[in-house]
Amino acid sequence: MSDKKQFMFLNRRAPYGTIYAWESLEVVLIAAAFEQAVSLAFIDDGVFQLVTGQDTTGIGMKNFSPTYKTLGDYEVRHIYVDKDSLEARGLTQDDLQVVPWEDWETEETVDNIVEVVDSDKLAELLEASDVVFSF
Amino acid sequence: MKFAIQVNEGPYQHQASDSAYHFTKAALEKGHECFRVFFYHDGVLNGTRLTTPPQDDRNVVNNWVELAEKYDLDLVVCVAAAQRRGIVDEGEAQRNGKDATNIAPRFRISGLGQLVEAAIQCDKLVVFGD
Repeated sequence: MSDKKQFMFLNRRAPYGTIYAWESLEVVLIAAAFEQAVSLAFIDDGVFQLVTGQDTTGIGMKNFSPTYKTLGDYEVRHIYVDKDSLEARGLTQDDLQVVPWEDWETEETVDNIVEVVDSDKLAELLEASDVVFSF
Repeated sequence: MKFAIQVNEGPYQHQASDSAYHFTKAALEKGHECFRVFFYHDGVLNGTRLTTPPQDDRNVVNNWVELAEKYDLDLVVCVAAAQRRGIVDEGEAQRNGKDATNIAPRFRISGLGQLVEAAIQCDKLVVFGD
């Protein structure tokens, strides 16, 4: 398993209402351990997964939202958010979590790997992926 | 072509498992290869032998079992998803102190690494679900 593939995780659903977001995140964390090139994209209601300030105490569910902030530590290099999906829900990048990334070998750092992109760019990214996991 | 299949929904509630079954069967009949079928989310519910549909309906679980027997398919149920939803084999029953098992023959319970490995090894990963 020496070949490295471009993995794209396409997240389309809001968190908590269904388990898809959380179980998607579990696959992301495992894929990163397999040293693949892992990117995430958030479209449709999936953009809600990155919204800050989620509080699950009232619904008795585990709050997994803080996990997204740590994705840089798992060598996730790119997180894309669909611009139209954000706008349709009255959100901007300011409503989303910041995910920093640091290469401990080269000391290269990126303050925030979360990038808002238009649908044409997203289509290109999906086309360029070897594997698309759709959740 | 070498396919890997991911099934994300349970049987009967959703057509995903049926569609995945028909796709896999057709691909194998055409001479393609199926590296693995991975059951995730409620898809793990396809792996219980206790399923008892009405006699005039298809048996989704047995369809998979029979296909696996014919083509020596690797049917893998995600362990974390299975634990949440009560799909249990001998090892899981012992580990978690459960008094019964329900895993269907030809299915096995394993980790998400099996999905990632399948995605690496295959030419195409085909995901069935909404």
